[in-house]
Amino acid sequence: MAQVKMEVSDEVAISINNMNKWYGSFHVLRDIDLNVNRGERIVICGPSGSGKSTLIRCINALEEHQRGEIVVDGTLLSSDVKNIDKIRSEVGMVFQHFNLFPHLSILENCTLAPIWVRKTPKKDADETAMHFLEKVKIPEQANKYPGQLSGGQQQRVAIARSLCMRPRIMLFDEPTSALDPEMIKEVLDTMIELAEEGMTMLVVTHEMGFARQVANRVIFMDQGQIVEQNEPESFFKNPQSDRTKLFLSQILGH
Amino acid sequence: MGDVSFVRTQTLPEMPPPVAEQGIVKWLRENLFSSVASAILTIIALWAVYKFTAFALPWIASGVWNTESLAACRNVLDGARGACFSVLTERWNQLLFGISYPAEHYWRPTVAFVLLFFAAAPVLFFDLPRKFLIFTGVYPFIAYWLIWGGTILSPAIALAGIIMGYFVYAKFIKSSFAVAFLGGMAVAFIIWILSGYIVPAIAPENPFFEAVPSRNMGGFMLNMILGTVCVSLSLPLGIVLALGRQSNMPVIKIICVFFIEFIRGVPLITLLFVANVVLAYFFPPDSNIDLILRVIIMITLFSAAYIAEVIRGGLAALPVGQYEAADSLGLDYAQAMRLIILPQALKISIPGIVNVSVGLFKDTTLVSVISMFDLVGAIRGPILAATEWNGVYWELFMFASILFFLVCYSISQYSQWLERRLATDHR
Ligand SMILES: Nc1ncnc2c1ncn2[C@@H]1O[C@H](COP(=O)(O)OP(=O)(O)OP(=O)(O)O)[C@@H](O)[C@H]1O
Ligand SMILES: [Mg+2]
Repeated sequence: MAQVKMEVSDEVAISINNMNKWYGSFHVLRDIDLNVNRGERIVICGPSGSGKSTLIRCINALEEHQRGEIVVDGTLLSSDVKNIDKIRSEVGMVFQHFNLFPHLSILENCTLAPIWVRKTPKKDADETAMHFLEKVKIPEQANKYPGQLSGGQQQRVAIARSLCMRPRIMLFDEPTSALDPEMIKEVLDTMIELAEEGMTMLVVTHEMGFARQVANRVIFMDQGQIVEQNEPESFFKNPQSDRTKLFLSQILGH
Repeated sequence: MGDVSFVRTQTLPEMPPPVAEQGIVKWLRENLFSSVASAILTIIALWAVYKFTAFALPWIASGVWNTESLAACRNVLDGARGACFSVLTERWNQLLFGISYPAEHYWRPTVAFVLLFFAAAPVLFFDLPRKFLIFTGVYPFIAYWLIWGGTILSPAIALAGIIMGYFVYAKFIKSSFAVAFLGGMAVAFIIWILSGYIVPAIAPENPFFEAVPSRNMGGFMLNMILGTVCVSLSLPLGIVLALGRQSNMPVIKIICVFFIEFIRGVPLITLLFVANVVLAYFFPPDSNIDLILRVIIMITLFSAAYIAEVIRGGLAALPVGQYEAADSLGLDYAQAMRLIILPQALKISIPGIVNVSVGLFKDTTLVSVISMFDLVGAIRGPILAATEWNGVYWELFMFASILFFLVCYSISQYSQWLERRLATDHR
């Protein structure tokens, strides 16, 4: 398993300072500090309910944070709709349940946002879409509908759909947990390829093999806090906190 | 234990099914006589169908089609059982156009009716070229001019107001939706209000089409006018109300909830009486907001509230992931709604919307209680009251039922086609 080469620039892509979020009176995220450089590939793991999804959903404002600041690509995330739309068009997101648009064909799924948000002419959008569908290795499905594809294929379309907006940052929220084992690999391969091209990626996943191979930092969260972060090598060999040890023994143990 | 291993070495030849399991015998056995109970029910049903046909068919077959009155019809029948369909032929025009629509102008609503198909086609069958929608856009004005007559200036200026409003909207939409929307509305209203002063002054004495006042509209034409206008207005209004009810702006949400709950809690007939009597007080005394317009407003509000609830169900049925995917791609609210959410929510809501529309169309007959002579009003009033035709209930109401059935059944067939056409989920 070849380690993906690391070329991280020192340009900051995302910087989160002292960010806090509550659901009602429930304190989901506590004092999150996180800097992500351009080209960095970060894997976030942690027990269920620890706030991983909430954290990455705050980055593209799918969830609103109440305190602290998030700066994405130099744009401060505030309640200003213009900023939010700008950040969303720079940040791609892939969901656990794909969330493809079932009433549109695969091609239309991929061209919709470029045409309406970026105002790309339809012909160019089609070309870009076919380019990325080839990249995720399903150009022949372009005219089918999402319901006709397997889970793994749908997730790859979802990745292509995000890429068509030419994002500078990609967020993945457990992209393989809704998939059967044989489909996990095809999605992970796509993501590895993306990493090799230097995409900035934040990935919530329990695929520790993927973390070892691709990540240059692994973040462990528990109870809304970042408990530990380290390079994958040291993270897996040498976890510092007890909670990390327990978690790792649970997911690597069997 | 014995030896259980077994290997088939030859493929068995294919055989035809036993005779009793084929064709009509099989079908009869499986569907009509599968058990004693089902056999008994089948026989009872067949007997009922036979009895009804034996009763109705001769009555229809020996119907009389060309007499001047019920008495004359009875004469012709000479004691035999038979229908007096002559009431339909003799009062044909009244049934279709009402009592007082001028006979020499019957062709005008007829043309409007034929054109309706051309206007509706590109909306109903969206595979047709988009440019046909231009005709759909001007159709309401053409139809108004044909049916009501009068100077062409009125519908033309109404159309001009909308077009000018749209231009203003298109000019400002890039900078701000609110400015564009309000500006567009303002321009349209200014043009309409000004035209209210100008048109009467410059309208020719004898317009190309003689004006027919609203009180002369009637018959099935009135049902069709109310039905098409109210359905086409209440669908967009219902969408707006449904979205408003989901809005996270409290004021808008409260207004929509209150409106929907209020309208749903009041019988339509009450709203029609309100339209008839009370609403007149709200408009300036000599304003020509005529009864049909008031009735259209009421029926539209009424069915829009129901359609809004149907669509709300469709919106609620969409997984939240669809909203999130749209948001995460950077689509704004209007785009997300128009491109992602509404197409799916409306598709889910088709059966409900059709249900409301069919109901609305039939409810247009309620206007007969506020003394408008729609199809039912014309039958109950002038036709049955006339000495010649006093007592011909069956023939008339059968005819009314058939007309309404034809329209409602076509709507229902269309919606089934639409559902099949839109089925892309391949579940
Ligand atoms: N909309 C919400 N309202 C209230 N509480 C919520 C909401 N969404 C999430 N939570 C709570 O916030 C906490 C963090 O949720 P989150 O989805 O971020 O966890 P997670 O780490 O992604 O877990 P998993 O691995 O199961 O996906 C959980 O305890 C969850 O119950
Ligand atoms: Mg999660």
